[in-house]
Amino acid sequence: MTRVHDMGGRYGDGPVAPGPEPVFATDWHARALGVTLALGAHGKWNIDASRFARECLSPKDYTRFSYYEKWISALADMAVEHGMITRADLADGVADQAPMADKTLRAENVAATLARGGPSARPGPAPIFAVGDAVRARLPARNVIVPGGHTRLPAYAAGHVGRVLARRGAHVLPDSNAHFLGEAPQPLYTVVFSAGDLWGMAERPGDEVTLDLWESYLEPCA
Amino acid sequence: MPHDHHDHDDPHSLLPPDPALRVRALETILTRKGLIDPAAVDEIIDTYQHKVGPQNGARVVARAWSDPAFMAALRSDPSKVMDDMGLAGRQGEHVVVVENTPAQHNVVVCTLCSCYPWPLLGIPPAWYKSDAYRARVVREPRAVLAEFGVTLPDAQTVRVWDSTAEIRYLVLPMRPAGTEGLDEDALIPWITRNSMIGTGLPEAPA
Repeated sequence: MTRVHDMGGRYGDGPVAPGPEPVFATDWHARALGVTLALGAHGKWNIDASRFARECLSPKDYTRFSYYEKWISALADMAVEHGMITRADLADGVADQAPMADKTLRAENVAATLARGGPSARPGPAPIFAVGDAVRARLPARNVIVPGGHTRLPAYAAGHVGRVLARRGAHVLPDSNAHFLGEAPQPLYTVVFSAGDLWGMAERPGDEVTLDLWESYLEPCA
Repeated sequence: MPHDHHDHDDPHSLLPPDPALRVRALETILTRKGLIDPAAVDEIIDTYQHKVGPQNGARVVARAWSDPAFMAALRSDPSKVMDDMGLAGRQGEHVVVVENTPAQHNVVVCTLCSCYPWPLLGIPPAWYKSDAYRARVVREPRAVLAEFGVTLPDAQTVRVWDSTAEIRYLVLPMRPAGTEGLDEDALIPWITRNSMIGTGLPEAPA
């Protein structure tokens, strides 16, 4: 049901270690980020599919890999899955030289590509919930289109009742888009939950957690 | 299960185990096949190393503190403000500004991955992407804030924003005492990156 990435509320991780650090701790972190963004320009996948590829790393790999190791490993997996490279290319470490593809991101187009980004807002159905409505998050947290598939409903909120804090317009539904089943835009809401409800006890009464949740993740709650 | 990978047979296990070599091997293969241009990779890195960072978010906060009309625009249509300032773009397509008040302190996290407002704050720091921060800050934000040296007054509740969609949150910290009369440029050094995530507060420049 859940995957290893869905860790909100988990116990046992120890202290957070804030401290000064460079933007990229090592050169290969920077290369991993740059290569991932550059290859994405071919449009073979979308942001939801690439998140899902990282989530599908085995729990053992997800846990032992550092952040950019997850990125680069998921990128290799996606490049093979989408036929851009082969397992033999990876195993041999070499590949036949080919001319630069038309869709390959050129240096002169980087600034415009990053500035354009990838907005997820779309024309879509009108929202059925109003600000202030009580809503219950789906239980269990799961993708109802693709068993074991991608979803953005964290397990810690599943089954809990919150209230709609804001309506955000219609956005691409990750549960569909991650699996190349269409963008299927739905109304998106920011829903606020009481920390006391989510965790049994809040650090301080009145503390809250908000999540951004698509309409199909929610049911009305009188 | 769709697309599930297993640690013994998935394609990435064919690459060298050392992560630096793994990245280099994949970059080499993709370059030879004409699928990436190393000059474009350099340009992407340069963008996030030198051009985009917390100084962008600090400019938004300083102007919000200084200019009531700007603050009103930020509340009503933040995306348009970001467009106008040239601060829209990848991982900042749908920005919402959340305001700290004497009654409420805001903290931002992405428990499922590492969503973060790149055009405003740059690439997220390692701690933001760490398992410890992702797992804990939703359940015990005050304990986590204490690890950042932040203790909130009793009167302030905490609202933690878990970035589960493409909305990207920027915390607008309260303007600190001692900054009366400072103009926008003089305010910017007070505005730390962490104060715009909610794990810090504005600080007097050293």
